Amino acid sequence: MQEKEISTDKGPPVIDIKGLYKSFGALDVLRGIDLEVFQGENVVVLGRSGSGKSVLIKIISALLAPDKGIVRVFGKQVDKLTESEMREMRMKIGFSFQSSALYDSMNVRENLEFPLIRTMKNLGKKEIAMAVEETLDSVGLLDKLNQMPSDLSGGQRKRIGIARTLMLKPEIMLYDEPTAGLDPITCIEINNLINEVQERYNASAIIITHDLSCAKATGDRIVMLLEGKFTRQGTFDEVFDTNDEQAKSFYNYNFTQ
Amino acid sequence: MLTKGLDDYFIGVYNAYAFVTRFFKEAFKGPFEFREIVRQCYEVGYRSLPLITLTGFVIGIVFTKQSRPSLEVFGATSWLPSLIAIATIRALAPLVTGLITAGKVGSHIGAEIGSMKVTEQIDAMEVSATEPFRFLVVTRVIATTFMIPVLAMYCGFVGMMGSFLNIYQNEKTSFSTFIAEAFKQITFLDINTSLIKALAFGLTIGLVGTYKGYNATQGTMGVGKAANASVVLSMFLIFLEEMVIVQISNWMRDS
Repeated sequence: MQEKEISTDKGPPVIDIKGLYKSFGALDVLRGIDLEVFQGENVVVLGRSGSGKSVLIKIISALLAPDKGIVRVFGKQVDKLTESEMREMRMKIGFSFQSSALYDSMNVRENLEFPLIRTMKNLGKKEIAMAVEETLDSVGLLDKLNQMPSDLSGGQRKRIGIARTLMLKPEIMLYDEPTAGLDPITCIEINNLINEVQERYNASAIIITHDLSCAKATGDRIVMLLEGKFTRQGTFDEVFDTNDEQAKSFYNYNFTQ
Repeated sequence: MLTKGLDDYFIGVYNAYAFVTRFFKEAFKGPFEFREIVRQCYEVGYRSLPLITLTGFVIGIVFTKQSRPSLEVFGATSWLPSLIAIATIRALAPLVTGLITAGKVGSHIGAEIGSMKVTEQIDAMEVSATEPFRFLVVTRVIATTFMIPVLAMYCGFVGMMGSFLNIYQNEKTSFSTFIAEAFKQITFLDINTSLIKALAFGLTIGLVGTYKGYNATQGTMGVGKAANASVVLSMFLIFLEEMVIVQISNWMRDS
């Protein structure tokens, strides 16, 4: 596993979470989360399945509402945004779903065109076509332009899913289990793609994963989410070079899910 | 504190109310998805034509055949065209079209949107600021609302043609006589009531299908449930609306 170089350059946080609580019925999923993510920083959230990792990024993108606490994105409180502010914020956020969530009634080209056509009304057909081809080329799948999602492999679907989020040139990327269910070589390709996105767009990212190699390769900072709270935080070595039983068992079992 | 069942019921009613309100709010607010509306009209209207044609035609023939013996007793088979026209235009065409499209289109909409929901495709549209409600819900409800009246009129026409063939075969009535007799008893109120019923059925099928799909949960099982519930609830509401609208039109006819 190759560890990533650590960036030390910090500005104001693009994502600022204070005292976040979320429960579903009697199940407390998040119990007082605090997190700051800075411009151009990749933060990996590690945790067991059901620990609330995905809930966290769904709250950040306003797909779920918090029970308590404050979530600020670009300095604005997410649950207090107006309709137009929400639209503006979401155009700056790219969300890569665990299932890729490609629109299965549309081919790859239409999947990539979809967000652009609906949000950038001033763009012409030619500009949209060029943007689609350029983005698809950047994830190395230009030859899949006219294929249907059902004809693609799991890794290709992930890359197309990421490409679709890149169409709007996001400033924040949220990756939900980007390497889940993929073979080791495809995992490396996805990890490289995540780092390329960070470099090319200077995008900040929260990467939800239970995959150690993904965490090490992509994370500038790792936070461990256990029982609804962040228990450890730091670089990969800081988090795992420890006698802490939970971190050790996490490391040893490689996060079975 | 109410029981959980009652809580869920009232939450469900509120959610359905909020969904319908949101539809009406977004349906009249631009920008409009004309291309998708046309595509959905094609899906709902054109793709239902074979089934509607077959059903309408068979109903016309069967209803004529079944009515003849009763009229023959009184030597009144010449009333067949007007009897069939009243039955078809006032009741059968919109009702049969509504029920068939509830099964065919309603289940399709419920399953399609339900599968998009459980595979996070709707969430993906939501987070990319592409307003899935307008794209998925508004377009489909508009398509069913406007295509089902068209299909109902077509169903009525095909039913009358089926009836004419049977009457021509047995009574040797000419086409012009058949039409003249058929429309003797039909008023604008009948046609308007029929169209209003079909509009209401279309709106119901679209709203129920999209609502059930949009709120699907529990993976693939939820998709099946959404499709099934779309059909069952749509049909139930169609019968309810049929009774109410018939009652109102009868009041209007009598007054």
